[in-house]
Amino acid sequence: MARHSIRRGTSGRTRAGLAALLVLPLALGACGGGAKGGSAAGSSSDTLRVLDYYNSEPNASLWNEAIEACGKTVGMKISREAVPGETLIQKVLQQSSSRTLPDVLMLDNPDVQQIAASGALAPLDDLGVDSSGVAEGVLKASTYEGKLYGLQPVTNTIALFYNKKLLDAAGVTPPATWDELKAAAAKLTSGDQYGFAMSNVNTYEGTWQFLPFMWSNGGDEKDIATPQVAAALQLDKDLLTSGSMSQSSVNWTQADVADQFAAGKAAMMINGPWNFGTLDEAEGLEYGIVPIPVPQAGGKAVSPFGGEAWTVPQTGDEAKQKKAAELVQCLNSDENEVKISLGTGTVPTKPALAGQVTSQNPNLTAFADQVPELRARTGELGPDWPKAATKIYTAVQNALVGGMTPEEALKQAQDG
Amino acid sequence: MAEVAAFQRTTSPSVVEPAGRGSRHRLRTRLVEVAFIVPAVVYLVLFFGYPVVKNVVMGFQEYTTKTFYTGEAPWVGLENYRNVLGNAIFDRSLLNTLLFTAGSIAGQFVLGLAIALFFHKRFALSGVLRSLILLPWLIPMIAGTAVWRWILDTDNGALNRILSAVPGLDVHPDWLTSTSLALVAVIGVNIWLGIPFNMTILYGGLQEIPEELYEAGALDGATGWRAFRHITWPMLRPVVTVVLVLGVVYTLKVLDVILGLTNGGPANSTQTISTFSYDMSFRQFDFGAGAALGNVLIVISLVFAVVYLRLNRKAVDE
Repeated sequence: MARHSIRRGTSGRTRAGLAALLVLPLALGACGGGAKGGSAAGSSSDTLRVLDYYNSEPNASLWNEAIEACGKTVGMKISREAVPGETLIQKVLQQSSSRTLPDVLMLDNPDVQQIAASGALAPLDDLGVDSSGVAEGVLKASTYEGKLYGLQPVTNTIALFYNKKLLDAAGVTPPATWDELKAAAAKLTSGDQYGFAMSNVNTYEGTWQFLPFMWSNGGDEKDIATPQVAAALQLDKDLLTSGSMSQSSVNWTQADVADQFAAGKAAMMINGPWNFGTLDEAEGLEYGIVPIPVPQAGGKAVSPFGGEAWTVPQTGDEAKQKKAAELVQCLNSDENEVKISLGTGTVPTKPALAGQVTSQNPNLTAFADQVPELRARTGELGPDWPKAATKIYTAVQNALVGGMTPEEALKQAQDG
Repeated sequence: MAEVAAFQRTTSPSVVEPAGRGSRHRLRTRLVEVAFIVPAVVYLVLFFGYPVVKNVVMGFQEYTTKTFYTGEAPWVGLENYRNVLGNAIFDRSLLNTLLFTAGSIAGQFVLGLAIALFFHKRFALSGVLRSLILLPWLIPMIAGTAVWRWILDTDNGALNRILSAVPGLDVHPDWLTSTSLALVAVIGVNIWLGIPFNMTILYGGLQEIPEELYEAGALDGATGWRAFRHITWPMLRPVVTVVLVLGVVYTLKVLDVILGLTNGGPANSTQTISTFSYDMSFRQFDFGAGAALGNVLIVISLVFAVVYLRLNRKAVDE
């Protein structure tokens, strides 16, 4: 149709308009090129580009301070970019395909091996980085095929938070074993108040919350169709079917769980120190923190650890990679670990420093105590971890609300 | 559509074909013609063709995080398809996709049509009310789902509070956390979201029906339901097919509503092919498997796109 109408006449004006149209994309392209040139100019030889996702307080300014100070120490200018957490991996993948990775890159610790396996990261050992004093489990998360790719200054994990007033009123002491947990949760459940809350959501958050139960009972992510994991899942299911835990936990993120706890609708919860801010805002809330209950008295709680590691991508500029490694080393100095721990409610990855932190913030004790025992999510499976994590949360959901027994759910998940 | 038909009539080749001009001139007009089409073609190829072709190709590759850095994506033939089609979640998500689409479309269409008919009768404040119906369209979906999660919450949600205030009714449905209700709840929210689209298009269609038809019909005793059956419905049919087919294609790929409300859970009860594909690509970093699922969705959508094009052509020809 359009063909015929054009044939009617192509006046000079049309042609001029057409020419303008044809030039437009070129002009736009030129703009794009210009912008790119600008950013390239920013990464001159005396500037280190840093990428992380610390974009909210207190993390944003604390890290900014530390990075700037370390930049001075190593004699480089800093050009730092902080992106929203969920977009970091996407950005890293884009940058690695266009070879525009920054000089220093922060990664969530379970992602380090995934990115290291792609070849985008430089081994820190080769760049002379010293990792002595850091807890074994933490190093394991950043090690891929025998080489260390990231250094993580601070970490966090999860523990059992309890509402002091509610426990006192019910005459309940914080539980230390699974049986005590069930009994305490049942006693603390009344009206619209649940005794216990945790996140059983169908994302990695749910897996992360289930891991301490599974691991403390001898379960292993290589094969989850075992009686050890089934017993842990049975505990989770008992808490739900007895009514001590809301069925909504299958839809709750950890932030939702913290809201329930802060509102007094849950007497105990599994959560982490990043909620201190939320909990402090709740008026009249007094809480205590103990390690996650273990299967039998005297057992050890084995928990996963969170937090981010600093890595040095392969940029091809060796001199700069050396400088980048120095910056990473500086961020992991004893002084910085303590400072950042206290500022952000995390704990140092060097167990020797724990005392300096817990003496100033006793709330962190339950977390710091666990550091030597902490287990890396990617310690065993490395880049295959996401698949295993998916199996775990799928099994949890199938057992809790999908009408399966823990054994059935785990077997089905393991077989895929 | 009526305009397109009219345009076609006036520009039939015999009218426009210029008689005997120089071949240079013809070449130049040809070039100009091509030049006019080039931007559109470039745009389509870059932003629609390339991604689709890339997606089809990726479905046959082992495409992982590694690929982004090394550029290597080994060919694996049909392995991605074997993996995703053999996955226990696939059957469930295919069924859910069909239920979700059918349920959403049925609800959106019936309610959209009812509201369009309601507003077709002029009355005071109808303009204000009509614009209110468009609200779901204006709210960012992620904010919409956050509000709906709050409304549908079992323990503290607004809906269950209202239900428990009804005397003699003591129920607390687990809207979003029971495997039997979650899909119903998600469909419900998607219906709410789709009503503005259906209402707007159908309302437009109703405006097109000449008033005289109803006047003439009324003389023959066709009022109320009979007027709808014998005048409104037949006259509205072309618009109805457009609404339904577009609705199906839009609904098949819905992602944000489900991710925001249930994330495909609990226990995969609201997992659809699009959420499954998202999960494979962006959570498990298995982009090949994610692409394979995306391609399954493309094929299903294509069926409806073809139906749409055929119906559209017929409507224009009529």
